[in-house]
Amino acid sequence: MNTVTQIRFLWKPLVFVFCLGPAVLVVTDAFGITGDLGANPVEAIQDRFGIWGLRFIMITLLVTPLRQITGRSWLARFRRLLGLFAFFYVLMHFLTWLVLDQGLLLSAIAEDIARRPFITIGFTAFLVLISMAATSTNGIRRRMGRRWQQLHYGIYLVGILGVWHFWWQVKLDTSEPALYAAILAVLLGYRAYRSIESRAGRARAKAAARRAGGPGPEPDVGSLAPECD
Amino acid sequence: MLITKPPEFRASDITSESNYVNRRRFMHDGAVAAGGLLAGSAYGAILPASPEASLADISRSGYSTTEEPNSLEDISTYNNYYEFGTGKADPARNAQEFETRPWTIDVSGHAELTGTFDLDDIVKPHRLEERIYRMRCVEAWSMVIPWVGIPLADVIRRFKPISKAKYVAFETLYDPERMPGQRSRVLDWPYREGLTIAEATHPLTLLAVGLYGKVLPNPNGAPIRLVVPWKYGFKGIKGIVSMRFVETQPATSWEKAASHEYGFYANVNPNVDHPRWSQARERRIGGGLFAAKQPTLMFNGYGEQVARLYEGLDLRRNF
Repeated sequence: MNTVTQIRFLWKPLVFVFCLGPAVLVVTDAFGITGDLGANPVEAIQDRFGIWGLRFIMITLLVTPLRQITGRSWLARFRRLLGLFAFFYVLMHFLTWLVLDQGLLLSAIAEDIARRPFITIGFTAFLVLISMAATSTNGIRRRMGRRWQQLHYGIYLVGILGVWHFWWQVKLDTSEPALYAAILAVLLGYRAYRSIESRAGRARAKAAARRAGGPGPEPDVGSLAPECD
Repeated sequence: MLITKPPEFRASDITSESNYVNRRRFMHDGAVAAGGLLAGSAYGAILPASPEASLADISRSGYSTTEEPNSLEDISTYNNYYEFGTGKADPARNAQEFETRPWTIDVSGHAELTGTFDLDDIVKPHRLEERIYRMRCVEAWSMVIPWVGIPLADVIRRFKPISKAKYVAFETLYDPERMPGQRSRVLDWPYREGLTIAEATHPLTLLAVGLYGKVLPNPNGAPIRLVVPWKYGFKGIKGIVSMRFVETQPATSWEKAASHEYGFYANVNPNVDHPRWSQARERRIGGGLFAAKQPTLMFNGYGEQVARLYEGLDLRRNF
């Protein structure tokens, strides 16, 4: 069995099952099998799905830096899986809020989205995630060409909005959102650094080629290039 | 349920300054005189030290609601008591070992009788009452809690505040050794709260020492805490060690932490939203996963008893 097949039929299913773990725990806690949800189960469920959504956004953002640092290109094959789980947990977080917390009362929901800034921000992040999830298949990616990558840079915006939503939701103790803000800063900061580096590198290569009198090097799409998986 | 009209607490009940000064010369301040005045009462409420010991001789009250109280488990495991951590489950986890004896309360400020009193001297002269009250948190959840306690008005009366006493200010214990949450500066410790003298002497206002007929569990603010059922829960200061009669509106912890979100009055008001969330509805704890939120009542449903305190006051500005 070659590596691609191994990844597709062994490792990805395993990772899939692991990623489902937190959601399974919410259900088993709700039925009192593994623990319990406490006195305010709706809040507990909403918070759990939300924090795992944020964690999977961070994990997804970690894939490319890890791949670049370790040189293990097969890591890229897990990026879509992880990104879709981020969408799954954010979707569950949103549905818990919509159905269990707001009781599908559309007027209250519309008012909250329009008038509570932290909810507006969260809802915007959710919309971006929907558009990314909906365009995540190989077929659509091929058909969209360059526009696909532009849309999928949206994960940076989702990360920022997600942390911001969390920060503004917290009553007073901002230590946990601050931690995620720090993680996000590292993940985005690394990319910014790589982008500046490679731009500088390309500029140096172009200048060298001009001096040598030959044509410039092949344009490099840079460290932010999409991965096929 | 009988709701009687609350007796008025008149300005004439408060001693004028000249009488106060004369009496002060006659009386020694401090615990000696206080002990003499406080001992030997008709009731002698016994307050055991150990948590969840039974309390005896508890009378019913016409101020109690007929709504079903929340379970003891919910009431004592879902708490905002940042002195023991900022998570809802933290106080139940971290306050297990908290010692509630010895416990003293400093009474000071514009009153005839001041000094440092043992908790038993504060509670003993009074008859314990059961008060089943709604409690509405500013976070938009609520519970029904069967407190056991004594009316703050009766306690205040014994200390004879003078006319300069326009407000009553409270403080919680400050001891980061015993209260690990105080090692973090999430709030400016010690926790401070306050009421106007009219609010403090209102018949609904309770000093709670028990829950479900037993001594107050530690996560709920043992050994003694304030309950003001028509205000958001954060006005119910826990672990009280100081009561001071002051002339100007005292600083309160949540107002200091975020003055555009938490005010001094903090009356439950569905028409005045928190800047970040609506106060029109609340989640009643214990309703289960599929229970809908219920509408929040003005003054948490105690408007008949307390609305007169706020006649003419702009409750949107004085939130």
